[in-house]
Amino acid sequence: MATIELAVNGRPCTVEADAQISLLTVLRENLDLTGTKYGCGEGQCGACTVLVDGRAQRSCVTRAENMAQKQITTIEGLARGDQLHPVQEAFLEEGALQCGYCTPGMILSTVALLSRNDHPTRTEIIDFLDGNLCRCGAYSRIIGAVQKAATRLAKSNMGKDAGNE
Amino acid sequence: MSETTRISAPWEPERYELASAPVYRFDLVRRDFFKFLGAGVLVFSVLKQGAWSQESGRARARRGDSLPGEIDAWLHIRENGKVRVYTGKVEVGQNVRTSLSQGVAEELRLPVEQIDLVMGDTQLTPFDMGTFGSRTTPTMNLQLRKVAASARDLLIDLAAARWQTDRRHLVAVDGKVMDPITKGSLEYADLVKGQRLAQRIPAEDPLTPAASWTVMGQSLPKLNGIDFVTGKHRYPSDQKLQDMWHGKILRPPAFGATLLSLDSRKAEQMGATVVRDGNFVGVAAPSSGLSAAAIASIHAEWKSEPQPSSKELFDYLKKNTGDGTDLSGDGDRYDVGNVDEAFASSGPRVQRTYTVSYIAHVPLEPRAALAKWDGDNLTVWTGTQRPFGVRDELAEAFRMPEDRVRVLMPDTGSAYGGKHTGETAIEAARLARAARRPVKVVWTREEEFMWAYFRPAGVIDVVGGVRSDGTITAWEFHNYNSGSAGIRTYYEIPNQRIVFHPARSPLRQGSYRALAATANHFARESYMDELASALKMDPLEFRMKNLRNERLRAVFQAAADKFDWGKQKAEPGRGFGMGGGYEKLGNIATFAEVNVDRKAKAVKVVRIVSAFECGAIVNPGDLRNQVEGSNVQGMGGALFEAIQFENGRILNGRMSQYRVPRFSDLPVIETVLLDRKDLPSAGAGECPMIGLAPAIANAIFDATGDRLRSLPLVPDGLKLT
Repeated sequence: MATIELAVNGRPCTVEADAQISLLTVLRENLDLTGTKYGCGEGQCGACTVLVDGRAQRSCVTRAENMAQKQITTIEGLARGDQLHPVQEAFLEEGALQCGYCTPGMILSTVALLSRNDHPTRTEIIDFLDGNLCRCGAYSRIIGAVQKAATRLAKSNMGKDAGNE
Repeated sequence: MSETTRISAPWEPERYELASAPVYRFDLVRRDFFKFLGAGVLVFSVLKQGAWSQESGRARARRGDSLPGEIDAWLHIRENGKVRVYTGKVEVGQNVRTSLSQGVAEELRLPVEQIDLVMGDTQLTPFDMGTFGSRTTPTMNLQLRKVAASARDLLIDLAAARWQTDRRHLVAVDGKVMDPITKGSLEYADLVKGQRLAQRIPAEDPLTPAASWTVMGQSLPKLNGIDFVTGKHRYPSDQKLQDMWHGKILRPPAFGATLLSLDSRKAEQMGATVVRDGNFVGVAAPSSGLSAAAIASIHAEWKSEPQPSSKELFDYLKKNTGDGTDLSGDGDRYDVGNVDEAFASSGPRVQRTYTVSYIAHVPLEPRAALAKWDGDNLTVWTGTQRPFGVRDELAEAFRMPEDRVRVLMPDTGSAYGGKHTGETAIEAARLARAARRPVKVVWTREEEFMWAYFRPAGVIDVVGGVRSDGTITAWEFHNYNSGSAGIRTYYEIPNQRIVFHPARSPLRQGSYRALAATANHFARESYMDELASALKMDPLEFRMKNLRNERLRAVFQAAADKFDWGKQKAEPGRGFGMGGGYEKLGNIATFAEVNVDRKAKAVKVVRIVSAFECGAIVNPGDLRNQVEGSNVQGMGGALFEAIQFENGRILNGRMSQYRVPRFSDLPVIETVLLDRKDLPSAGAGECPMIGLAPAIANAIFDATGDRLRSLPLVPDGLKLT
């Protein structure tokens, strides 16, 4: 057993668990953050994607023990109170889901993409999200949602810039 | 000789998705609905006698019940004016929670937010066979609309009585009954307060015609969508209870293996509860990590038999058909005219053989169940398309009456026909009984690949006779094992022999989205192109010449127009193809464009155009989503998905070994929806898939001259071999 210290969604937490335990299991089982999903256990489907210091990471193949000193964001930590993140809004508005099981991973991958590239082309979106599976096949709509979120984020950033001047 | 001979009725031919009724069934105790629901107004519908085997209810009167046993839907208007609708149907991503609510809102003249759908809970909802076969829209939506329309009339009656006025000039609008003369209005909540009214719907209650719909026909977003984008929704695998333990099953090394010996002392020393019951070995422990470690510590010896492999699959299926004595099912056979005479007088018989591999559903959420015992009562939360079927399986497994078993189905992370059975529920319940606490079992991806079931593999032999003017005169079609859904041809052919031959399947097989319609349309629509090519006729013209069904002609024409069929010239490495058909009351035509890199021999699907028609459209946005999704998912089975197996083991049962469609496989997809407001609404989850595989195969032939007759078409890295 090991004592694992984590910062999840801005809150520090301490977990007593097996030293080998995956970040996915800690989130779901120890912290009851079940928005992060199990899909394959080998980093192939993207359902377990979380943000680690802002970068998309597959939590099923990430050892929790190695996550000390890092900021972890799960789908539960994306909205600010009742205010959805623009990527969440875009997925909702575009109907970019069917069963929704891939949606948390898709949204977090999108957040990671847009934080590095605020105007991704269709090809860049496909390249970045290719590790996220949607078995219902809503890929076209997800691309639409990413583009919509990008536009909206760019506008709100422009608004911020204008406000700063 | 031209008379139709129907040896077995092919109305709903799919043996793989029809569950037989349970062997025994105990009557439920009498329910006092108002005690159970609270006061208000209750409206219910009762199925016609004999409809149960095809539809949702079961026509069994239960003595002593406050309501007839064959109720298939009910709706309760609560004292606060909110409406709760109860249906045994379930939500697996097809968005019926939204579309069914739209139906109720439309007829009840109520904002859709006021409606709460209780789905797939065997204690609260009426009996339902299951959510499959694209039946929710044509049957349940209609039933709920009838119930809602009846409830609206009842509310108007209540208002008329309250005002002592003639009901005929009262109208229901926006959750209120209004009197346009006095301008008075009463909220539904005021009308039902203190009431305990239960009413069966009248036999014929007029429904709002599609042309006047205001809520139906609209692209409403997913009703509880916010719970899905915030991670708040709890899928079956997310369920949790106080003191819950995690279960894990010891899997045999091969299908059908029997347990010879077991040493589980280490697992017990770890503090796990170990269960051995026949061939079932499982553990439960406080954490999933501990249960996995406990399972890994068990030493077991198994005995297994040699079994067929995927290399010999198609020979095996043809050699193990229904001629044997121990196979269940008589097969389906359809004869028209005299095929043998017709072939004797037509040109040479050109027989082609098409094959279809086993494929896996790969629902992104694997099977999961949480079971809890309270004394002799069992409650299980699980992801299944057949909550009542799983309840029956549990009752049978534990030899207990059904009314002590409750199965609840939280909205689930997809199914595609893959979640009809209750293995996980039984496993969790068995472990929970031994551990004396709630136990959750979530299958790993590897378990999901190996221990669920597959879309049936099959071999299809086709031979057709055609005159030089393009008129098809004879048609013989034999399907071995894959199934009889969509086996009949919709082309006008005077002489036909169509036979489904059940076979002994080396793997466990079952339902899959669109069932055998995908295989049968692949064979039929590929062969149509082979005939057209032999005659040097345009494939569209050839189809139209032999097609009279107006709805099917309309989708072929609409897709052709959108695709600009015939206006683009095929060039080396670029090809166009089509496929289409009729299934589950829907009509689809799919056109595909492919590029084949001549040097690398790599195939890329670049564009798909589908035209779909399923009667009056309930939710255009969701419908488009279903058609696009069918095309994306269908690309997997068409191009590269195939289960490899040997000696009772799956050889590619991991996500890294079994490829499913990804973003980078996505072609441009264009969807044309034909809205037939004059026709009843039909389902859309399955039919749109069936035209894709032949469209791609035909496009590859157009690009290269290579005729591919096996699904998947290009399993070897999208390369022609």
